Amino acid sequence: MTLRSHPRRSPIRRILIANRGEIAVRIIRTCRRLGISTVVIASDADLNSLAAKLADQTIPIGPSSAAQSYLNIAAIIDAAISAKVDAIHPGYGFLAENQKFAQACEAANLTFIGPTPAQLDAVGDKLKARTHAQQAGLPGVPGGKVSNTEDAQLLAENIGYPILIKAVAGGGGRGMKQVHAPAQLAPLIELAMAEAQAAFGDSRIYLERFIAHGRHVEVQILGDGQNVIQLGTRDCSIQRRYQKLIEEAPAPNLPTPLCEEMQNAAVNFAKHLRYRGLGTVEMLVDCDRNAFHFLEMNARIQVEHPVTEAICGLDLVAEQIAVAEGHPLAHRQSDVNLHGHAIECRINAEDWRHDFRPSPGTLSQFIQPAGHGIRVDTHMQSGATVPPYYDSLVAKLIVHGDNRAEAVARTISAIDRFQIEGIATNLEMHARILRDHHFAKGGVDTAYLPRFLQSQTVVAAS
Amino acid sequence: MKLTNEDIQEILDLLDATKFNVLQLQTERFKLTLRRHTGDGKAASEWSQESESLASPQILPTATATPSVAETKPSHAASPASTAGASGISPIEDPGTIAVRASLPGTFYRAPRPGAAPFVEVSAPVKEDTVVGIIETMKLMNAIHAGACGTITEILIPNASFAEQGSVLMRIKPDPA
Repeated sequence: MTLRSHPRRSPIRRILIANRGEIAVRIIRTCRRLGISTVVIASDADLNSLAAKLADQTIPIGPSSAAQSYLNIAAIIDAAISAKVDAIHPGYGFLAENQKFAQACEAANLTFIGPTPAQLDAVGDKLKARTHAQQAGLPGVPGGKVSNTEDAQLLAENIGYPILIKAVAGGGGRGMKQVHAPAQLAPLIELAMAEAQAAFGDSRIYLERFIAHGRHVEVQILGDGQNVIQLGTRDCSIQRRYQKLIEEAPAPNLPTPLCEEMQNAAVNFAKHLRYRGLGTVEMLVDCDRNAFHFLEMNARIQVEHPVTEAICGLDLVAEQIAVAEGHPLAHRQSDVNLHGHAIECRINAEDWRHDFRPSPGTLSQFIQPAGHGIRVDTHMQSGATVPPYYDSLVAKLIVHGDNRAEAVARTISAIDRFQIEGIATNLEMHARILRDHHFAKGGVDTAYLPRFLQSQTVVAAS
Repeated sequence: MKLTNEDIQEILDLLDATKFNVLQLQTERFKLTLRRHTGDGKAASEWSQESESLASPQILPTATATPSVAETKPSHAASPASTAGASGISPIEDPGTIAVRASLPGTFYRAPRPGAAPFVEVSAPVKEDTVVGIIETMKLMNAIHAGACGTITEILIPNASFAEQGSVLMRIKPDPA
């Protein structure tokens, strides 16, 4: 790999953090270490937050509602100009993948710590992203549109059963039908077309391979606009309604050839885009077929980035800042050594016993575990408030061990030492999952958590 | 100066070699308590940490966003976000009515989306399971049900304003049984 010369920009000495919560605190920590001064924006609800206390300066950005504060592009750009910062770090969520925001930064001569606006567009639009993935040789979920039963039978034979029939105009699971054998296909196609016409006024349907046992595995990549390296896999299969709750790095019990194929595919995709910045290529692993499919790419730092940091030893926020400054990658692929296993539990202000009902409020006590291999990323402390306006994440517990069994045991012990009083959290749910023998084996699929929660309800009711 | 995980780790490495079980440290800017969890076969380096930043935020004046702010239209344009007096307490407690209360603290919406017709207006007939509004808490939309058969007599909290948990959103005059 050759490192060609890169256009140098002026160094970043002062950063505006256009975010809140634990990620704002996380970014401040790296900036402190690098000697970069920090300015954080804060809505009315966050003026006394930990991020506001830790930043060198805080700028009130507007009312509590995110639309009028953390999503207000004009106000944020004005704040950055008046605070005389060199760059804006968008964190995750809010404006992190907003092409207009990246353009507004460029127009105001501020460095956006993230990919280029064109790259945000290429991966932000799912259809465009899929086209790019195809061009880069990444397999999507096999399927296609069909207009009659003959078409459907041919396509279904190519895809292989089981099959999912979806309405083109449908969404969110509505109008979907599973087909498990060729004999069922024709009648179900007729029915699906009739139902689609009745429900959506559009009878068009398409077929897709039904992945009965899928795992959500993603690859962390880092690019400088020319070269790309990957920092291993993460498994995020433990999800509820597409919200990740536990993440691990590396993905456990993934066959090595498949894992290597996925890592190469992610690098190829990022190289195809000449990607600059930190990114994640999300893929769905078909456990029954030992195959993977491209889902989407996230062009930002992820909530679960600390598990990758724990096994690769890099500070990903520092790497983001370096490539945004115009530096070439400081590490070659051969420099990347992954060690041990890491687990992250997302601790949310949710009453997991009552359908995950939100539980904002004031923390009367917040005592976190400490010790070897334990990291807690949080914006909470005793007496702090979880406002009702934003997401429910209160802390991330990240635990590293020399191997997965050690990481699991250490996580269980760490959860037992975690004390959060005053609001309901899902800490106990994490403790129970970590002690579950299915989880202990490693490599559960995305259907695991709903099944686990169901079993807990049954236990509680009996 | 915020203590980092690395700082805590270094302190713990020092403490692991001692026989102390608790360390309390307070400066002008932070407070830190480290406590060792000992006994029953527990490893030596199992600690818990309680820390508090005592610094006050250094607040800069708000950016003067006068001309450019006009370019961005707030998404709920018709709804002032923090209407004064949105306390949800009816000045006259009518004993003949039933209160519909906010089950969670959050932003109260009267319509399913901006620009849509409200779920209910005053004098609308409702049943127990009629959806009369939405409370948005932590990015989740929670439907508010009437909870009684009757007629809406009063709507106390304006659209898109904050409702405290338990505050009265509306009043219903119940149908005679």
